[in-house]
Amino acid sequence: MRGISKRFGAVLANNAVNLAVASGTVHGIVGENGAGKSTLMAILYGFCQADGGSIEIDGNPTLITGSAEAIALGIGMVHQHFMLVEPLSALDNIMLGAEPSWRLDKARAQVRGKLQALMADTGLQVRLDLPVEELPVGERQRLEILKALYRGARILILDEPTAVLTPQETEQLFVTLRRLRDDGVTLLLITHKLKEIMALCDAVTVMRAGAVVFDGPIADCSLDQLAEAMVGRRVNLGRDAHGRQAQPGARLLVAQDLSWRDAMGVQRLDKVSLTLRAGEIVGIAGVSGNGQSELLEMLSGLAAPQSGTLSLGDMKFEPAQWMTPDQARQLGAAHVPEDRHRRGLVLPFAAWETAVLGFERAPRFASAWGWMRRLVMRRATAKMMDAYDVRPRNVDLRASKFSGGNQQKLVLAREALAPEIAPTVLLVGQPTRGVDIGAIEFIHGRLRAMRDAGGAVLVVSSELDEILALSDRVLVMDRGRIAGELLIDDCTEAALGRLMAGAGVGVGVGTDAGVQDEPAKKQK
Amino acid sequence: MDLGVLPLVNLLMALGVCAIVVAGIGLQPVQVLTMLVKGAFGSAAGLSYTLYYATTFVFTGLAVAVAFHGGLFNIGGEGQALMGGLGCSLVALGWGAHLPAALLLPLMVAAAMAAGALWAAVPGALQAWRGSHVVITTIMFNFIAAALLAYLLVNVLKAPGSMTIETGPFPEAAQMPGMHQALAWLGIAWPRTPLNLSVLLAAAAAALVTLFLWRSRAGYELRAVGFSPDAAFYAGIRPRGQVLLGMVISGALAGLVGINELAGVQHRLLLDYVVGAGFTGIAVSLIGRNHPVGIVLASLLFGALYQGGAELAFEIPGFSRDMVTTLQGLIVLFSGALAQVAAPGLARLHGFLAPKATGATHG
Repeated sequence: MRGISKRFGAVLANNAVNLAVASGTVHGIVGENGAGKSTLMAILYGFCQADGGSIEIDGNPTLITGSAEAIALGIGMVHQHFMLVEPLSALDNIMLGAEPSWRLDKARAQVRGKLQALMADTGLQVRLDLPVEELPVGERQRLEILKALYRGARILILDEPTAVLTPQETEQLFVTLRRLRDDGVTLLLITHKLKEIMALCDAVTVMRAGAVVFDGPIADCSLDQLAEAMVGRRVNLGRDAHGRQAQPGARLLVAQDLSWRDAMGVQRLDKVSLTLRAGEIVGIAGVSGNGQSELLEMLSGLAAPQSGTLSLGDMKFEPAQWMTPDQARQLGAAHVPEDRHRRGLVLPFAAWETAVLGFERAPRFASAWGWMRRLVMRRATAKMMDAYDVRPRNVDLRASKFSGGNQQKLVLAREALAPEIAPTVLLVGQPTRGVDIGAIEFIHGRLRAMRDAGGAVLVVSSELDEILALSDRVLVMDRGRIAGELLIDDCTEAALGRLMAGAGVGVGVGTDAGVQDEPAKKQK
Repeated sequence: MDLGVLPLVNLLMALGVCAIVVAGIGLQPVQVLTMLVKGAFGSAAGLSYTLYYATTFVFTGLAVAVAFHGGLFNIGGEGQALMGGLGCSLVALGWGAHLPAALLLPLMVAAAMAAGALWAAVPGALQAWRGSHVVITTIMFNFIAAALLAYLLVNVLKAPGSMTIETGPFPEAAQMPGMHQALAWLGIAWPRTPLNLSVLLAAAAAALVTLFLWRSRAGYELRAVGFSPDAAFYAGIRPRGQVLLGMVISGALAGLVGINELAGVQHRLLLDYVVGAGFTGIAVSLIGRNHPVGIVLASLLFGALYQGGAELAFEIPGFSRDMVTTLQGLIVLFSGALAQVAAPGLARLHGFLAPKATGATHG
């Protein structure tokens, strides 16, 4: 791809980007959110047209105007959010849109034969007759890759392929991808996880603000160099080297045996108990969808469990009279929700309106007759933006116009600064999902500062790196239960991964694992 | 740019298609358009009629907009307006003989609002606590309101001995002064038209709705629920109460149609006096982008179309009322259903004309 440019309105998403990928290699493309990597891939796959530049495949200039042409040229794409029809079987999903015969029984037999050969060749094993909704995530991903290969893909684009996988599944995926590369498939790996780039890629392209800032073979660079190229300055995402040891104090929040079944009768939470103490960060690790979201909703008062109790401050709640979100706030528990677009922000609101959400009735914001004290609110918002470095510093800009990192900083600033008394308990869901590296560093710093000031912080994250970087104590959730609890010194990625994958090991096993694996925190 | 230019471009596109249609039936588009504008704004009487029609549309348009900001689609303006008329008529006929106008008229306004609010509160409560969709229930309540009004008029309220299905006339004190009367007090001569002091009520309603939605805490919470019920619940706002509140305010505004039409013009309660204004309110709110200023402008546009169209049908043989309806339909089509069609082109034009006045908002 040469000199690719693309403009969306006022934003230049790709500015004369050159990308050369050698056939039969794994090429990584990294960059922060909004750096232009997705746009570049969308142009390659024919989702949108470049304003300028050219694309050559195997030395032949080509014009790709749609995904059908991209497929015909041997380009396949595995999206971050799988493009599968869940009630259909794996076989039908692969066949969909490429049925070799109008008679489905004949088509199935034909496709099945070809697939079995393909699976034997590549080692991508998928149970073809199960409906997709019954397949685990890792298998669905293999199915996506198989689908692309079945359609003759020789160039495979993988968009954030490991976002939903456990460490073990990731390792398994990498084995498969290396094998594909050795078979001559060219792989383009889009990710923001630099460790994966180092582990898998032959060459890497780093993008920043729509332009290529680094390009070269992986052997020539280090992880730190890549991170620096990506952000434009030095960053530190590991554990704080000068960080204080956690000094857990009084119990601020105690949950006992929380259980909840959803409307379908599935046990989403199964006797979950946890304690948050002043001055510690507790991390909740786990593959997403194992009850973390539900737990966060119970602890913040958004939903009530069917059994169990919760103590917060000097109040104790039973399911019949569960805490409301308002009560939680008054008792000093702040909540940064997992889904900031759906819950944390009102996207069409101006920044100042969204920065008082939930506090519009607080005495300093309310005036007689129910009017809003807009001037006070705007000043408070400006202060929040200064304290949390929300850019741009425009209190009138719509919340939807801020980047992910700045939106998250705004939510965090509100939960920390809008209450008249600083919160003592902070519940945070996915603190840095969709947030760029610079903002991650900042947000982690704030969470640590809150801990050091004597607050109790609960971090729910599906990013293991984040859990390891922040937590003093880690709980792992699996199928609605607490599968294990580890002190940070006993944590390794391998030990956590085993707990996440439901190996059924109990508390304390981490010490054994620590002997085998070098503790993860020391790698950083 | 988005607020000013786009609706204007949409309006121009609609007028352009209208011109083609008008030329298609063998008339001069320019002549027709000038006559329409002249008929609507060219004389004191024409202007008065335009404002009178616009008054009703402001009430129903605001009703739709308030509900919309709460995430609700209230298409029951028709029925709520009928009930508002019933409410003010009951006060007028019951106490009209005993109270002075200064006391009676505010009472009638309050009664119209209360009746409209009550008629909207039932679907609102059903939506909030039972999940019955407000679009379905408000439509059904339109029919119920019409049937109830017909029953009451025929069996209870009809003037004894009268053949027409309407009540006896309101007493003098229950009649909203016409604009010609009001201006005559100030010594200004003005032709006698249906325009009455309700137009001031409409202006006040538009101002109050603006203040409510963007300056009051209740309006803030209503908009939060409308944009994102999940975020509102997270913030400790109770979405159910807000749904009810949004519908009550919406119904009260629609109920005020009764004041303009009955207390202001008809001076009696009769059947079907709303004649689709409740539905026109949806179009008005849509074109006015659910903002009171836009709604006032859109109401003036629709008022002008009604009045200018009537003039056209009168002046030009071969130009029927149906042509006016066609024109309205095209405006709704271009401003509502196709509202964003011109947006990409305009954005490109904007980017072409001012390419340097931009900056990334990433940080």
